[in-house]
Amino acid sequence: MTVWIFRRLIQAVFVMLAMTVIVFVGVNVIGDPVEILISPDADQAERIRAIAALGLDKPLWEQYLRFLWGAVRGDLGRSFVFNEPALQLISQRMPATLELAVTAVLLAVVLGIPLGLLAGLYPHSLFGRLAMAGSILGFSLPSFWVGLMFIMIFAVQLGWLPSTGRGATVTVFGIPWSFLTRDGLAHMAMPAFNLALGNIALVLRLTRSGVRENMPMDYVRFARAKGLSPQRVVFVHVLKNIMIPVVTVLGLQFGSTVAFAVVTESVFAWPGMGKLIIDSINVLDRPVIVAYLMMIVLMFVTINLIVDLLYTVLDPRVRIGGAE
Amino acid sequence: MTDATLVVTNLQTHFQMRNGVVRAVDGVSFEVRRGKILGLVGESGSGKSVTGFSILGLVDPPGGIVGGSIKFLGRELVGMAEPELRGLRGNRIAMVFQDPMMTLNPVLRIDTQMIETVRAHADVSHAEARTRSRDALGLVGIPSPDERLSSYPHQFSGGMRQRGAIAIALLHQPDLIVADEPTTALDVTIQAQILSEVQKLAANFGTALIWITHDLSVVAGLADDIAVMYAGRIVESGSVESVLDRPLHPYTHGLIGSVPSRNKRGSKLRQIPGMTPSMLGLPPGCAFRQRCERASEECKVSPPITHPAPERTLRCFHPQLELAA
Repeated sequence: MTVWIFRRLIQAVFVMLAMTVIVFVGVNVIGDPVEILISPDADQAERIRAIAALGLDKPLWEQYLRFLWGAVRGDLGRSFVFNEPALQLISQRMPATLELAVTAVLLAVVLGIPLGLLAGLYPHSLFGRLAMAGSILGFSLPSFWVGLMFIMIFAVQLGWLPSTGRGATVTVFGIPWSFLTRDGLAHMAMPAFNLALGNIALVLRLTRSGVRENMPMDYVRFARAKGLSPQRVVFVHVLKNIMIPVVTVLGLQFGSTVAFAVVTESVFAWPGMGKLIIDSINVLDRPVIVAYLMMIVLMFVTINLIVDLLYTVLDPRVRIGGAE
Repeated sequence: MTDATLVVTNLQTHFQMRNGVVRAVDGVSFEVRRGKILGLVGESGSGKSVTGFSILGLVDPPGGIVGGSIKFLGRELVGMAEPELRGLRGNRIAMVFQDPMMTLNPVLRIDTQMIETVRAHADVSHAEARTRSRDALGLVGIPSPDERLSSYPHQFSGGMRQRGAIAIALLHQPDLIVADEPTTALDVTIQAQILSEVQKLAANFGTALIWITHDLSVVAGLADDIAVMYAGRIVESGSVESVLDRPLHPYTHGLIGSVPSRNKRGSKLRQIPGMTPSMLGLPPGCAFRQRCERASEECKVSPPITHPAPERTLRCFHPQLELAA
């Protein structure tokens, strides 16, 4: 087990390293930040000074090595625009995004699993058919459009929910949270649901197909032949088998949800990492872009590790690092 | 019969398929007495498993019991409300399935799966339920049952899993156990062990047993009575000795002739020509007539149940009285 985790960590380091190369080269290709950062009427001497100050006068490999050396010590560079450490900028915005993403995934679990169970147990009912049709919409409607429609209906027409920002927050451990106030929750409702929509559809479909697959199995019939209540058969016997794929997918989806919060955050002006990264790309603020992507990679690697560990809890046949 | 545990009369279980009705069980009657073992024999698809599931009320749509009666200790099971039926399942009537690899839930521990069965029917503490489960495991010959309780099914071998499933069936000392080919998937040595233990248990607890199988040799050694099923009907029944020694139905003859034995070594194995007919759109009359060398025009009408001897039933116009070669 320890060996296994150690091996996974080493793998993770290599993934991160590969990622730094790709990101670093990629960011260099998309454009020259100097053109944007330095005012057009600056003279040549000023330009050269500024380029030297940003470290852009060095060849790419040297810039990269400097970055790596900094990264090892926890310094991912300073933002060209804000002149603050990039990591600090991101970690200031991260709680807002995480709050949104966690809420979205929770919504997916709380709504997707029960709806999927119902749709799986009664596949030919009106509800079962509606759930399937609805889930296709949940997948395929573009999330920015759905977000705009939400604003149209619930903010503009009905006036029930606020359309932008985080609302009132409460600071816990020095971090502001929206979900602790009524106003914050009202602000979070639309963006969280918008972000959750695709996940709800996904979990619903996974759960439904899991139920359909498991119900005809012998172990279900045997459980019924033991005289167990239908509730126990579904919620203990079947659900525990279904949770294996659902947890895997949800884990992977959590990463994507954080990464794709960019769109939702832009639509609802949610002050999270996504909005920061969009702004940074616009002004080619390289250190922030690189730092953001590194954070996302780190998150994916961590989540995958956690999902693998959860697997052993859910499926006793999986034994990590065993002889098999 | 006053000590009959189960009396099935003219049971009909049909499946409504898109392209017709499958009469999986079509007018089956039999009874099982306390402490006795009935061997229900037939080829795959003859309706023996569906008969078993019908008794437990576990036939799922599109299937359902459309007629007949199942009387268990005098209580009618056909049409019984689901909660009442659930109170009997696993409690007074238990079932053991064919494939031990599939019947235990792979992600739940053995103790969880046993304790839930105990507590579904008896208001006992967790600890008491665990003790009973351990005792049941010991009863079916699983060594060090205390430790084995905390195992997962995949840590058991096939034979042990089937013992586990049988232990679950025995938890409430049921009056009836329906065993659906429980030893088919096992090695012969394991099969022999399980058979002898089941026989002992039936005798000790007075449990009636329906042993569904396609293996005549198992029935010969285990059962008291035998019922031969073909295409949803019992074509012949009676005590094991009388049916196996003096089979009357041509199908029973064929079945017995198909069993390899030492006496017939070197000679060609007899087979029943043709194959089991499709249950969908079965023509009227005797279902065996296309494969039967004795069939005549008369067989296009369904033969009635006759009693050629006391305690024997037969559905055939042309019983084969001479012994099979």
